[in-house]
Amino acid sequence: MVNFMVSLSNPMEIETTIETKNLNLYYGDFRALNDVNIKIPGRNVTAIIGPSGCGKSTLLRCFNRMNDLTENAKVQGKIIIEGNNILELETDLIFLRKKVGMVFQRPNVFDLSIYNNLKFGLRIHRMLSDKDHIMQAIQSGLEQVNLWQELKDKLRKNARSLTLEQQQRLCIARVIILKPDIILLDEPCSALDPIATLRIEELLRILRQQYTLVIVTHNMQQAARVSDYTGFMYLGQLIEFGETNQIFTNPGEKLTENYISGYFG
Amino acid sequence: MNAARIRQKIAFLVLAIATLLIVIPILLTIFYIVKNGISAVTWTFITQSPRNGMKEGGIFPAIVGTIVLVIGTMLFSLPVGVLSAIYLVEYAKDNFFTRLVKLSVVNLSGIPSIIYGLFGFTLFVLLMKLGTSILAGSLTLAIMSLPVIITATKEALESVPFSFREISFSLGATKWQTIRYCVLPYAIPGILTGTVLSLSRAAGETAPILFTVAAFYLPRLPRSVFDQVMALPYHLYTISTQVPNMPMELSFATGFVLIALVFIMNLVSIILRAHYRKKKLW
Repeated sequence: MVNFMVSLSNPMEIETTIETKNLNLYYGDFRALNDVNIKIPGRNVTAIIGPSGCGKSTLLRCFNRMNDLTENAKVQGKIIIEGNNILELETDLIFLRKKVGMVFQRPNVFDLSIYNNLKFGLRIHRMLSDKDHIMQAIQSGLEQVNLWQELKDKLRKNARSLTLEQQQRLCIARVIILKPDIILLDEPCSALDPIATLRIEELLRILRQQYTLVIVTHNMQQAARVSDYTGFMYLGQLIEFGETNQIFTNPGEKLTENYISGYFG
Repeated sequence: MNAARIRQKIAFLVLAIATLLIVIPILLTIFYIVKNGISAVTWTFITQSPRNGMKEGGIFPAIVGTIVLVIGTMLFSLPVGVLSAIYLVEYAKDNFFTRLVKLSVVNLSGIPSIIYGLFGFTLFVLLMKLGTSILAGSLTLAIMSLPVIITATKEALESVPFSFREISFSLGATKWQTIRYCVLPYAIPGILTGTVLSLSRAAGETAPILFTVAAFYLPRLPRSVFDQVMALPYHLYTISTQVPNMPMELSFATGFVLIALVFIMNLVSIILRAHYRKKKLW
């Protein structure tokens, strides 16, 4: 294993938001994550790349404990988010998932109006009750994902009638409205066309000023375009982690070099 | 024409005939009942009590009795059935106990209705001292309806995609919030279908009410849940077999009213389903 911090140019300035210590995850007997040690810096975009089945989505789903929903998944090690080990039994999953939002591969809006899609989170967390405040929150959420101008007159329209790109933006807004610190994105563009993909990437670059973004992608160009830091995973192991520039131009590991130059994947 | 196309034609024909065979008995039954009974279905028949040894007058008490029993059955079986199905699908871990419960549900639906009648008689009428009453009859019919409601609800819940639950959990919802807002609204059409199916069956059953509630001849309306009532299926049975020189039209007319009642229940469920599809509850 390489020492990741060595590859960072200015380690002192970077505040770690997510840190894992000897993280192992088993699906039954299968070891999906193998001693993963990663330090994800805050207010940046971190991309996790690697071939299919390497455990990148599994790793991402550890950060908001979505793996709890998988019946035979067993997690060992530590995941420290803002000073707390979220794998502890007493972790408040409701609070955790509010702070660590998730955007999925498919734009999975509820089969409800745009308004109700955004209100859902506010409602389950009992955040706002006043109609005006809810409207303000919805407006600011939609503004942050550049949808307000397009949609402000049709908030009562069913969200499923939107384009896939709009739906994915709405999913991001649905997370943002809960005021998270971290947003996890699991291949958020894989259902979108190239133009929409570029526009979502543009959005991510703006959002990183306020949120810590972790994006899983099988698209290396996307990782190169959008991220500040990149981790390369292979067969459940984190092979290398560092600044995106360095990973793509001067990888420290032979395996990383082979993957990004397209020998396998 | 080559052999493959001939075989294709034959297959198509066999399938079409099999499908037609399902429709024919239903149409014939309805036709036969309507043809023989419609002349006796008058306003008096629907709104009056039977007179003169049930050979004259109407079947109003039996209609009311059946409606009361269906409502009573629903009051007991719908909450218990739906809630237990939610527990089985969403909460129960896959262990020995859960498998035992699931197996019981499947087996419960295979028990003959007369056995439910005997069971209801010993438990509700004798042991719990409810007497032959609406309460005892409704409880017996409710137990008989449970397996269908549970199975239908289970299937409706299981058919809601896992991704719906996933989004809800990822936004920090609790399990109950997820079920309440992201699963149940989508399962309601299926639950309704199962409920109406089982209640239709309860409306038409004779055996379970035989010892628990049904009255042979009681030309007045029930005053409390501890009263006996007349019910359409049992009334049909008695006038067809127990009363000599019974005019045939009256039996068919009673059958017609029973079928019409079931039909109306189905109609209500179709309307409700359409309504929930549009509104999604929230």
